[in-house]
Amino acid sequence: MTAATVTPAGLKADARIPLRGHLRHTGALIRRNLLWIRQDPESMFDAVLFPVIFTLLFVYVFGGSIGQSLGGGQEAYVQYVIPGLMAMMGMNLAQGVGTGFNTDFNSGVMDRFRSLPIGRGSVLFAKISVELMRMLFATAVLLVIGVLVGFDITNWPGLFASVGLSAVFGSALMWVFLTLGVVMKNAQSVQAMGFLVLMPLQFGSSIFAPTTSMPGWLQNFTDYNPLSSLADAARGLMVGGPVAHDLWVTLGWSAAITVVMAPYAIHRFRTKGA
Amino acid sequence: MTRIDNNPGGVAVTVRGLVKHYGETKALDGVDLDVREGTVMGVLGPNGAGKTTLVRILSTLLSPDAGQATVAGYDVVRQPRQLRRVIGLTGQYASVDEKLPGWENLYLIGRLLDLPRKEARARAEELLERFSLTEAAGRPAATYSGGMRRRLDLAASMIGRPAVLYLDEPTTGLDPRTRNEVWDEVKRMVGDGVTVLLTTQYMEEAEQLASELTVVDRGKVIAGGGIEELKAKVGGRSLRIRPADPLQLRPLAADLDDLGITGLATTTVDTESGAVLVPVLSDEQLTAVVGAVTARGITLSSLTTELPSLDEVFLSLTGHRATPAQDATPAHDREEVAV
Repeated sequence: MTAATVTPAGLKADARIPLRGHLRHTGALIRRNLLWIRQDPESMFDAVLFPVIFTLLFVYVFGGSIGQSLGGGQEAYVQYVIPGLMAMMGMNLAQGVGTGFNTDFNSGVMDRFRSLPIGRGSVLFAKISVELMRMLFATAVLLVIGVLVGFDITNWPGLFASVGLSAVFGSALMWVFLTLGVVMKNAQSVQAMGFLVLMPLQFGSSIFAPTTSMPGWLQNFTDYNPLSSLADAARGLMVGGPVAHDLWVTLGWSAAITVVMAPYAIHRFRTKGA
Repeated sequence: MTRIDNNPGGVAVTVRGLVKHYGETKALDGVDLDVREGTVMGVLGPNGAGKTTLVRILSTLLSPDAGQATVAGYDVVRQPRQLRRVIGLTGQYASVDEKLPGWENLYLIGRLLDLPRKEARARAEELLERFSLTEAAGRPAATYSGGMRRRLDLAASMIGRPAVLYLDEPTTGLDPRTRNEVWDEVKRMVGDGVTVLLTTQYMEEAEQLASELTVVDRGKVIAGGGIEELKAKVGGRSLRIRPADPLQLRPLAADLDDLGITGLATTTVDTESGAVLVPVLSDEQLTAVVGAVTARGITLSSLTTELPSLDEVFLSLTGHRATPAQDATPAHDREEVAV
C-alpha cells in the first residue's frame, strides 16, 4: 500500500515521538498532577503527618528503651531513628502512588490520554516526578521535626546525599506500586497489597531498631532486606559510620528494581484492557 | 480540519471482518463498515451490541482478534501513532479531568498534542468560547452540570482538529434539554466538515445526526444504509395520544388495545407524560386509531407521531427485541432506563 507512506502535513513517516516531545508531555502531565494538589490540598496531609506522627511515636514511645541498648538514651535513639524514618518515608509515599494511580486509571481520563499521540511512559513519569516532589517535602518536614526533638545535623553534604539516595530507592519502589496500580482492579486491593508487602519489610529491617538483638533467622532476613541497607546507608551518611557497602547495595537494588519494573509498568499501562 | 492526504478514495473509516472476543463472549463478530469522508455514520444498537468495543478498537485502545480497520488510511494495529493524530474521542462517560478547571483540561490536551504554549492557550480559549464555557473556564469540571461536562468533553476532542471524530453514546444519561444542546453542538461540528462515527441507542438521535446508519446486534451488523432507506424498511411510527383529562388515559388505552392494531409493538401507556403510545404500520392503521379516539368522544390535548424506538426497530429487523427486560417500560422512560 504505497498510499500509506504519504502522511498528513508536518508528520514524520514513522511518527516516533522525539525526546523533546516526551519531555513536553511529561511536563504537561506534571502540571496536571500539581494542579490536583492545589485543588485538593488535603492530599498533602499524609506527606505532613507521616513524618510528624512516626517521629513523635518512635522517639517518645520506644526512644528511651531502645536508646539504652544503643548505649545512650532517647537522644541516642533520635540520631538512630531519623535517618531510618527518612528511608521509610519513600516507601509509604510510594504506596500512595499505586492507590492514586489506580483511581485515576478508572476515571476515563486515561482513555483519552491513551488515545492521544503521546509517549506512553509520560503519564507514569509525570506521576513519579510529582510523588518525588511530595517525598522531598515530607523529608523536609521530617528533618524539621527531627531537629525539634533533638536531631543533630552534623554533616550537611551527607544529609543531602542520603536524601538523594532515599529518592532513588523511593522512585524504584514507585514503579512497583505503579505496576500494582495498573494491574489491580481497585484502589482498596492496591492499598491492602501494599500494606502486606511493606509492613514486614519495614519492621523486619534496621529502620527502627538495631538488628543485633533479633533472633538469627530474622537477622538473616534483615541483612538482605534492602530497606536495612538504605537505612544504614542513610545513617552512615548523616551521622557517620561505614557507608560504602550499604550505599552500593541500595543503588544496586534500586537499579535492578527500576530496570525490571519500569518497562513492565509501561508495558502493562500501554496494553491495559487490550 | 486535518486533510486526509493519504486517503484519496474519500473513505475515512474502513472496517473489514473485525472480530473481538472476551472469552466466550463475541463483542464483535465480523463487522464491516465504511464511513465516507465528511459524513456522520450512526451505529445503532442496544447495550452489549459491541458499539463501544468498535470505537475502542478504532481509537487504538483495544486490539482486534481478527479483521482489519483503517482510519484516514492508517491501520489501527500497524500505525497506531499516526492514527492517534487524526482522531478525536468523546467517550460514553465524559472523560474530562474533574479536578481540573475547564481551561486547564483543554490546555493540557493542547500541550499533549504538541501545540506550543501560546497556541495551546489560544486554542483552549477559542474552544471554551465556542462551546459556551468561557464563564466556567476557571472552575473545576467537577462543578459542571452534565451538559457542560459533555460540551467540555467535545471541546477536548476537537483540540487537535481531528479528521475523524468518535462520539460514543454522547447523550446517554442526559435529560432531553441537555441532549438537544449536545446535538446542536455536534451538528455545528459536522457543519465544519469533520467525519463522525456516532454510536447510539436512540433512533431519534441517529435520525437527528447521522446520514447513514449501521444497526448492530450481538457483535454483528444486521442492517445498514441511508437513514431514510432504513426508516422505510422499518416502516413503523408511534402515535402519541394525550387525553386532556388524565382519568381518560386507562379507558382510552383499553379501547385502543381492543382495536387489535399491532404495529411493531403493542400499545403502551406512558403515565408520566399522560399519553398512550400506539405503534402503527400504515396510514390506514393511523386513520383507524384516530377514528377510534373520535368515536369515544374524548378531548385530546395533543396527538403526535414519533419515530419507532430501538426496540421497535429491532423487532422489525430481527424479529426479536433488543432488550427484552424493557418490554413493559413505556417509550418515554426507556431512554432513561437504557443507560
